[in-house]
Amino acid sequence: MRKKSLTLLSDGYLFRKENTIYFENARGKKPLAIEGIYDIYIYGKVSISSQALHYLAQKGIAVHFFNHYGYYDGSFYPRESLHSGYLVVNQVEHYLDKNKRLELAKLFVIGGIKNMEWNLLKFKNKTKFKNYIEELNNCNKITEVMNVEGRVRAEYYNLWDETLPDGFKIIKRTRKPPKNEMNALISFLNSRLYPAIITELYNTQLTPTVSYLHEPHERRFSLALDLSEIFKPMIADRLANRLVKQGIIQKKHFREELNGVLLNEDGMKLVLEHLNREMDKTVQHPKLKKNVSKRRLIRLEAYKLVKHLVGQKKYEPLVAWF
Amino acid sequence: MGEEYLEKELLIKGIEINYLYVCKTKLWYFVRGITMEQESDFVDLGKFLHEKSYFGEEKEIQIGSIKIDFIKKSDIIEVHEVKRGKQMEKAHIMQALYYIYYLNNLGIKAKAILHYPKLKEIKEIELKESDKEEINRAIREIEHIKSLKEPPEPIYQKICKNCAYYELCFI
Repeated sequence: MRKKSLTLLSDGYLFRKENTIYFENARGKKPLAIEGIYDIYIYGKVSISSQALHYLAQKGIAVHFFNHYGYYDGSFYPRESLHSGYLVVNQVEHYLDKNKRLELAKLFVIGGIKNMEWNLLKFKNKTKFKNYIEELNNCNKITEVMNVEGRVRAEYYNLWDETLPDGFKIIKRTRKPPKNEMNALISFLNSRLYPAIITELYNTQLTPTVSYLHEPHERRFSLALDLSEIFKPMIADRLANRLVKQGIIQKKHFREELNGVLLNEDGMKLVLEHLNREMDKTVQHPKLKKNVSKRRLIRLEAYKLVKHLVGQKKYEPLVAWF
Repeated sequence: MGEEYLEKELLIKGIEINYLYVCKTKLWYFVRGITMEQESDFVDLGKFLHEKSYFGEEKEIQIGSIKIDFIKKSDIIEVHEVKRGKQMEKAHIMQALYYIYYLNNLGIKAKAILHYPKLKEIKEIELKESDKEEINRAIREIEHIKSLKEPPEPIYQKICKNCAYYELCFI
């Protein structure tokens, strides 16, 4: 059985009765097949029984919580069951060694840049960021790498804007709160993508707090932030682009609040439906010679990192071929 | 023999002997805690088979570094291992031989029985003098693989596609 991510948008109660998890809301009580659940994303006001959490922990299912505005609050991250002290030591060693850390940090940024280039090409713009990649190769500090990344991203948003419909231009990237519709959409998608990466890391022996581009002391699962450099353009930006250009997401799907703009309930629902579908979409993998879902691509990226850390194969960031 | 090897042998797990004959890359990752079994439907099936067969037996007997599916006592000790299919028969046999060898070293006489409940087959195994040399070789090779700084390059075989490590190896 293919396991799926479960999204709970409505208010209700999640509980366990014998070996079944039920979700009960205004429309009634629904049993959920635990073996078919990959991870859970909760947007509604949901009460959870501790028995349900025990059961989810036993099955290694992470639960991610989002607040009223659709922003990520935190995760119920079950006790780790996959341990490799050896890998932890290697992960830390690659952080402590300045050159090894820089190499990885640059590779994440290069992956992000190449995926942005590929997006632009899909949006009918042939700009290449080759000069930035050259500049990146000469960076000696993480802050310099971050700086290049920031400048590429600003230019990327400008170029993307040229193709976006009126009323949905980014103009300037703003967060917390986003100042316009496109910013709200991008932020919402990124907030959903980050815990999806956390789920994948949970299913590997990688330690999610030891990272390379981002500082490990950010009190977050910063390795997920490193990987999101690659997947934000590949998954979130592309979906955002499609949703507005195809008129699936419209002005009526937003509300003004907190001196900013946010998706409203209908908007969130639509976006999440499309995102779930997007994550389950498969592409033929040229190396593995089999179909893999977009979500699985995140896991594969984690495996590539494992191979780099144990010295089997140098990490090469994923660049979309689809 | 035995005496001078005893301490070393006690550290090797049966599954490691098994993996040596299945795949060296898998063995290297496995001994470093980088396991993929949670990803494998076949491993789930194996666990299920193990749980649902042979009721009434005490299961998963840990003796030193080996963990035996279940044990029976006739004139000598019988070590029983439950397996799903026969693709890796050589690995199963070596694992079973190692269990006998291990118990012999503790001064316990034993034979082994491999169960293939899905195929409704069993296979009896006894340790012959000639097997001992192969087991010693296997132990030395496992120690060598464990000591390697980098994992052995995976070599593609037909069985790889069904292996839980497939993606890790070939991505």
